Amino acid sequence: MGAGEPAQRGAEGAREGARPLLQVRGLGIRFKTTHGVWQATRKIDFDIAPGERVGIVGESGCGKTITGLSILRLLPGNFAGLDGKILFDGVDLASCSARQMRAIRGKRIAMIFQEPMSALDPVFTVGHQIAETLRVHSDIGYEEARAKTLEMLRRVGIASPERRIDDYPHQLSGGMRQRVMIAASLICGPQLLIADEPTTALDVTVQAQILELLRDISETSHTALMLITHDLGVVAETCTRMITMYAGEVIEDAAVDEALVRPLHPYTSGLLRSLPHLSPRHGRLPSIPGRVPSITDMPNGCRFRARCAHAAKGCEAEQTLQDAGGGRRVRCWRFAELNLPGALHPPETAATGRVARQ
Amino acid sequence: MTAASAEPRREPIVSVHDLQVRFQTTDRRATVKAVDGVNFDVRRGETFGIIGESGSGKTTIGRALVFLQQPSGGAILHDGIDPRALSRGAFQSHRRDYQIIFQDPNAALNPRMTILASVLEPLELARIGTKAERERQAREALERVGLPQEFGERYPHQLSGGQKQRVVIARALTLRPKLIVCDEVVAALDMSIRGDVLNLFADLQRDLGLTYVFITHDLAVVSHISERVAVMYLGQFVELGPTEAVAERPLHPYTIALLSAEPRPLPSAMRTDARIVLQGEVPSPIDPPSGCRFRTRCPHAQPLCAQQAPDWRELKPDHWVACHFADRPNFSPS
Repeated sequence: MGAGEPAQRGAEGAREGARPLLQVRGLGIRFKTTHGVWQATRKIDFDIAPGERVGIVGESGCGKTITGLSILRLLPGNFAGLDGKILFDGVDLASCSARQMRAIRGKRIAMIFQEPMSALDPVFTVGHQIAETLRVHSDIGYEEARAKTLEMLRRVGIASPERRIDDYPHQLSGGMRQRVMIAASLICGPQLLIADEPTTALDVTVQAQILELLRDISETSHTALMLITHDLGVVAETCTRMITMYAGEVIEDAAVDEALVRPLHPYTSGLLRSLPHLSPRHGRLPSIPGRVPSITDMPNGCRFRARCAHAAKGCEAEQTLQDAGGGRRVRCWRFAELNLPGALHPPETAATGRVARQ
Repeated sequence: MTAASAEPRREPIVSVHDLQVRFQTTDRRATVKAVDGVNFDVRRGETFGIIGESGSGKTTIGRALVFLQQPSGGAILHDGIDPRALSRGAFQSHRRDYQIIFQDPNAALNPRMTILASVLEPLELARIGTKAERERQAREALERVGLPQEFGERYPHQLSGGQKQRVVIARALTLRPKLIVCDEVVAALDMSIRGDVLNLFADLQRDLGLTYVFITHDLAVVSHISERVAVMYLGQFVELGPTEAVAERPLHPYTIALLSAEPRPLPSAMRTDARIVLQGEVPSPIDPPSGCRFRTRCPHAQPLCAQQAPDWRELKPDHWVACHFADRPNFSPS
């Protein structure tokens, strides 16, 4: 990886020119349960370019976490099979050997999770756990590993790292533990960092610190970021591109600014409209009626149509993730005729979503 | 609160005077001041929001308001009377008027009881009416929260998270309370149904004249639903005022930082870049900083802030703040 230019917000630079770092093609994941085998996700297609920051957005059960885990082949025990390809720098992670996978996992692709306490081992110091990643993946001596660990702890904004390096996880606050996890994930200089709800367990002021750190690291080290979250605000603050998932499928893929202002899929629009930020105070919140279809009972055709205000004859047909122009894709055959409201509609309510300053 | 303003205010349904709640640490060596000297009124029919980060004491206040937690000091008056002065029997029937709903409906519902049985339970404990009357009331409550009749015979695992939270709301309504403390009631719900549940709270307030105390860490939720909002930090209120004023013209540096830290789903062109990222984290409530508790993280801290705790003062009509320098012009950071 050379020193490429940092990905710009809203710019397509990262997307267009460079060869994608990650290409997910037709990814489907199946699980076995006592009632049979269920399809958790299907036909997931997306690319992530080097240094790009992509948000994967959706509600619980939409398949966003399992998509992240499948890239590192960290699938749970009831995993029953996988279709499609996960091409990382030319290697298909879906079919490569366990040995090849181990060489990539933690070194070239790293992952951080929502709850740092369950990812850290309570009986080892944080310095030991960070250095472990380094020593597994490279032939490095104790002193050198410790020096690099110290440098990385400083890099992720831990005050007095010389003292903290010998602390145990329980001696650190939640925000510091997440910084330690970020340090451990970055120590080998990965090309892709997968972050699954990295700030959901943190307070809002600490969340702001961690998001700033992730953005800063992605820009300065040209690390691509795949940020999995349910929070559209977090995506807007951190990412350049947003992929929306619903009921195990990708339903929209667009630059963040475009998706927020002019979403093409009725579900994306509904999500944006249902956020309290953007509604006039004390008014009624628009909501999406109904609930996500159960994995055991997926409808044919468009999976959102039972809840969609724009459902029409034709929606029962199989929907493809089609090119919508300008690098955007959407899984809705009616996208061109629907003029859907986004985060700024109606315009005057958007003003109340901002922090007014004296 | 004693200051008068031009506008006549609604009578308080709850008055809190110098509330203190202290806990012993498990080794009994130290005391955690979870709530340390909080004063406020909740006015009849309003929604009073309390926001704060984890460990600020907001949940402890909520529990104290309904006497699930005994105050260590100060007073909480319900409708002008101190419920602790009531006899045991009178207290038990009094507390039916003051209900609380929690974040996780799974923890609040017994998985082995049908929905109807769960909703019936408070009525049975209160021995209200005949069996048929109680069942009618329970079914009415379920209908009011928008659940179809047949849900009464189902079990919690057959319902979605939003539906379960509706059941918990229905159960709180059966005893026709005057006030409901809502502690993070939408935090566990997916965003597409969060709006539905917030709308339901608004409808019930309009139809039944309920008063809410809405406790949350989510600024968007609190500013959407509340008329007045209090901001809590390390066991104390730092600011209290009408929601519009607090959200748009905040007086306390912590409120300003909290508002600017909230990630907003807006395109980059509409975003204010003047974000204040607070350094560090909340200090321990066992040994809070001297003087102003926020001073260790405050971008404007002065020597005075360490020496003297700021007064709780009404700087603008109905808008209270605890900061030595909140009345300075251009206080808000550029």
